[in-house]
Parts: sequence; C-alpha cells; structure tokens
Amino acid sequence: MIEKKINIILQTEQLSIGYKTKKAETVVASNINFELHKGQLIGLVGANGIGKSTLLRTLIKVQPELSGSIKLNGIALESTSNLDLAKQLSIVLTEPLTSKNLSVYELVALGRHPYTNWIGNLAQVDTDIINNALELININDLKDKRCYELSDGQLQKVMIARALAQDTDIIVLDEPTTHLDMYHKAYILKLLQKLTKDTHKTILFSSHEIDLAIQLCDTMIVMRKDDVVCDQPCNLISEGVFESLFPKDLISFDDTTGSFRIKK
Amino acid sequence: MNTQKTYHFQFTLLVVILLICFFTNISLGSVSIPLNSIFGSLFGTIDNSTWQLIITDFRLPKAITAILVGSGLGISGLLMQTLFRNPLAGPFVLGISSGASLGVALVILGSGLFGGLFTTALISKWSIVVAASLGSFLVLLAVLAVSSKVRDTMAILIIGLMFGSITAAVVSVLSYFSSAEQLQQYIFWGFGSLSNLSWSDLIIFFGIYLTGLILSVASIKGLNSLLLGDNYAMSLGVSLKQNRLIIILATSLIAGTITAFAGPIAFIGLAIPHLTRQLFKTSNHKILIPAVFLFGAIVMLICDSIAQIPGSDYTLPINAITALVGAPVVIWLLVRQRKMMF
Repeated sequence: MIEKKINIILQTEQLSIGYKTKKAETVVASNINFELHKGQLIGLVGANGIGKSTLLRTLIKVQPELSGSIKLNGIALESTSNLDLAKQLSIVLTEPLTSKNLSVYELVALGRHPYTNWIGNLAQVDTDIINNALELININDLKDKRCYELSDGQLQKVMIARALAQDTDIIVLDEPTTHLDMYHKAYILKLLQKLTKDTHKTILFSSHEIDLAIQLCDTMIVMRKDDVVCDQPCNLISEGVFESLFPKDLISFDDTTGSFRIKK
Repeated sequence: MNTQKTYHFQFTLLVVILLICFFTNISLGSVSIPLNSIFGSLFGTIDNSTWQLIITDFRLPKAITAILVGSGLGISGLLMQTLFRNPLAGPFVLGISSGASLGVALVILGSGLFGGLFTTALISKWSIVVAASLGSFLVLLAVLAVSSKVRDTMAILIIGLMFGSITAAVVSVLSYFSSAEQLQQYIFWGFGSLSNLSWSDLIIFFGIYLTGLILSVASIKGLNSLLLGDNYAMSLGVSLKQNRLIIILATSLIAGTITAFAGPIAFIGLAIPHLTRQLFKTSNHKILIPAVFLFGAIVMLICDSIAQIPGSDYTLPINAITALVGAPVVIWLLVRQRKMMF
C-alpha cells in the first residue's frame, strides 16, 4: 500500500472543473477522481466538447479548479510555485508557436529555461540533457533546421523533445496527434509509449484516437457526460465504457477488436 | 557540435563598421576638418581651438546621441515586437510618442490658447524636454494601469493606438488655433534632431537610457520564453505579468527619453530588429539585443551623416532620412511576407 502511494505522481480528489466569472460558475465536469502512476502512459479520451482540454488546462494550472484538489507529487497544485511546477510538469499544446524562426536546437534548449541562470546560459549538464532528448526522439539530423521548415509530424516530435529537455516527472500533451496522417499518429503515440518505458516519466495525453490509445496506454481516463472513469483499457472494455461514449446511431464499439465500426 | 552558434564574425564586423561610421560621422560637417586633427582633438592635442570646439562641443555629443538613439530605438522595437507578437510593432505602439507629442503640442501650440501662461520666450529647449517626458510618462502610466487589468497583450496594443488617435485629434485642434510661427516650431520638433544635446543633457539622457538597457538585458530570458507563446512561457515558470511589466518599463524609459531629447524619430525602431534578424538569422534575444544595439547605432550614424549633406551648410530633418531608410524596409518585409518572422 505504501509502495503504491510513492508511485502516485498526480492525484485528483472530488475535482470539479469549469469556468468562473464574477456572475456565474459554469461547471464542465465534476467529481473527477483519479491517480496517475509513475512510468505510465495515460490516454484521456471523450467526445468533442466534453471538457478534455478544460481538464488538461486545469491540471497544468493554466486555469484554476472550481473545487476539489489536484496533488502533484503529494503537494497541492495551487500551493506549488510556477517555477517548481515547471520542474515537475511540462506541456505540449495544440496552439502554434509564436515564433517559428527558432532553430530546432534553440527550441529544445528553451526546455532548460527553469534551470538556467538569469541570462539563460546553458551549462554542460544542460547541453547533455538537450542532446539526450534529441537522441531519444531521433531528431538529431533536424537540430539546425528552422521550425518553419518542418512538417507537422516533425514539429510535434520537436515539441516532445523540448518537453523532455525540461526534465519533469510528468509530461502533458493536448491532442498530440491532430493534423497528422495515420502513420504519424501511430508513430507519435508509439514514441510516447517508448518514452515512458525508457525514461520512467509519466505521460498524459488527450486524443481522439481511441483505438490506438486502447492498444498502447497503461491507463485511460474516459470522460463521459455524467462521470469520469479511470482504469486499464481492458477493464474499461469489459465494463462497456467505450460503448457509452458516443450516441449510438452511427457507430458502435466492437469489444473483440477494441475499435469503433460504422453501422451499416 | 555547431548548434550553439557564437556569431563572432558578425559581431566583430559590426563593431568595426560602427567605429568607421563613428569617425566618419565626426569628420563630416559644414566645416571640413582634416582627419588627423579630428583624432588630435579627441585626445586634446590640437592647437586650432575652433576645430577643437566644433569637435568636442558639437560633433562628438551629436555622434554619441546618434548611437544612443539608434541603439535605444532598435532595442525597444525588438522588445515590443516580441511582447506583442507583432512584426510591425515599434517602440511607439504604446503611445509613447503620442504622449510626448501631446506634451510638446500643449506647450508650443497651447501658448496661444492659454495666453499669458506660456510666453514664447519661455518655450526653451528644456520646457520641450520636460513636456515631452511628462506627456510620454503620463500615457505610460495609463497604459501600465490598463495592462495590469487586461491580460490580453493585443488589447494593450490597441489601447496604445487609441491613445495615438486621441493625441492626434487634440494636436489638430490646437494647431487650428495656433499662429504660423508656433506651428512651425512644433513641426520642427517633429522633424527630430540629434544636435540639441549638450554634455550635461547627455549625462541625464545616458543615465535613463542605461536603466532601460539594464532592464532589457534582464528580460532576455523572459523574452526568449515568449517566443513559444504565453502558455508555454508560463509552463516554464515565467511570471507573465512581471515579465510584461519589466519589458514595458524598459521600452518606455528608453523610447520616452529619446523622444524627449531628440523628437519622435520614426521607423528605426521598427526596421532595425528585422534587418538584424535577416543578418543574424536567429530569434534568440541573447544574440539579438547586442546585435540590434550595434546595428541601430550604425544606421543612425549613417542617417545622421546623410542628413548633414556633407560639404554644404544645410541639414535635412533626421526624421525624413530615417523614413527614407525605414519605409522601403517595411515594404520589402511585406513583399516577403512568407518569411516575415520574428
């Protein structure tokens, strides 16, 4: 039991997420309880507009929680300073980079930002970590290219390398497979799985690629209209969770293959 | 591993060009002074006291002003372009020059309206400097107050532009009621001038400029993180609010004093950062800030040398020359839009 507690990286209790204005509170989802363990690949799935992005934004402290708690390494997220958070959690977002004029190396090097001195000089240990990240993602040949020269798939790999260079316990990715072709979707998710094995980092990503996520993830968080379920994919299948994910008029979930099929 | 480029060659080249431009600028003027006498006067080993006076009391302060103005406007332009994620932002987008113009317009043109309060005899160089500083400082305070409430940087940009419209309107109302003489004086201020500074002015100028420069250097890391976007910057532990405050403060100090002492000098702040990015091919502010410093200083010295029209008694308005250099750059940037990066 104690052993298990140590392995918990991120934990939510009675978490309620949404938007708060002066007049009203819009609850997007509530009563969210899950525990994410060290070295696991976790997929977050759910229909459009169900609140996946809101949940991720709350977990990375871009947006405050409405109620309940989020604990990162046992400490409440709200009492973690931005700089401490930057050393424990890194992100890959869907929003485009402000400047695509950076070279790949410069971009990955920005991951070392929380650790460098006031003017951002890279020490030997920083360059080692950067080179290691480039090596792990296998993008050493891209390092002198500018970001505007890269394809979507390459850019996604570079952004993952930057998050790796930030050297955090957990990496959160918001829909890392959008805009990618089928091969690169599989490639990126497979890469994330490999990273959890090689580096023992916890990786949480949201995705619409439910079939791929079922095959690759250790744990999945499924957001439904009324509740949020977190379990191993095989348990989720046998409980019929995916079946209830979407309206049933067009597609149905096939338990044996673990994928969705169009109704004839 | 050549991934961390050092740019030694480019920097050495820029320093050499800067030195050449500096001495060329000093040696040019309506009175022709031989080159060895110029070096002589710089080190105080010259007999001709007229030449000595021209060099030390006129040309040298002017050349130093050109260096401070060019580098300062370039750096504040760079800061604004990164902060507002807008390649066409310049140091004056916050309404700094509008504020200064309004202050100066009130002093020069308002004297007609307010009668005996300001007599023409009172409109000395210093009252213009004070009015310009006060004007830009008040607009800056307003912008800072707004920026602590508004999270969106684009909104601040638009608010800065709105301040510009308001001042332009007030200035036109004032001009309507002004005499031709007053209008002329206001227009002359608008031409910009590098030659109005004495050594004691320069010391004040340099002090404020240096404070702004130190703040700019201190925000290098934050500026680089902004290249990723606000959310990424935050995820790297950067405090967005504090970062923005320092950047706005640095720009206002630098651009505000420059406008106060040398008038509203256009285009340099917008064009220099782009030219530097073309030359250095990087967006890293650790490289860009010193590079923009050198490049801005060089361009301003060249503009000033052209403005004097070597060999003649005429001096063209510096603002006309910078626009002649700057406007083609802006057009060129728009034509090459695909690569209008920052």
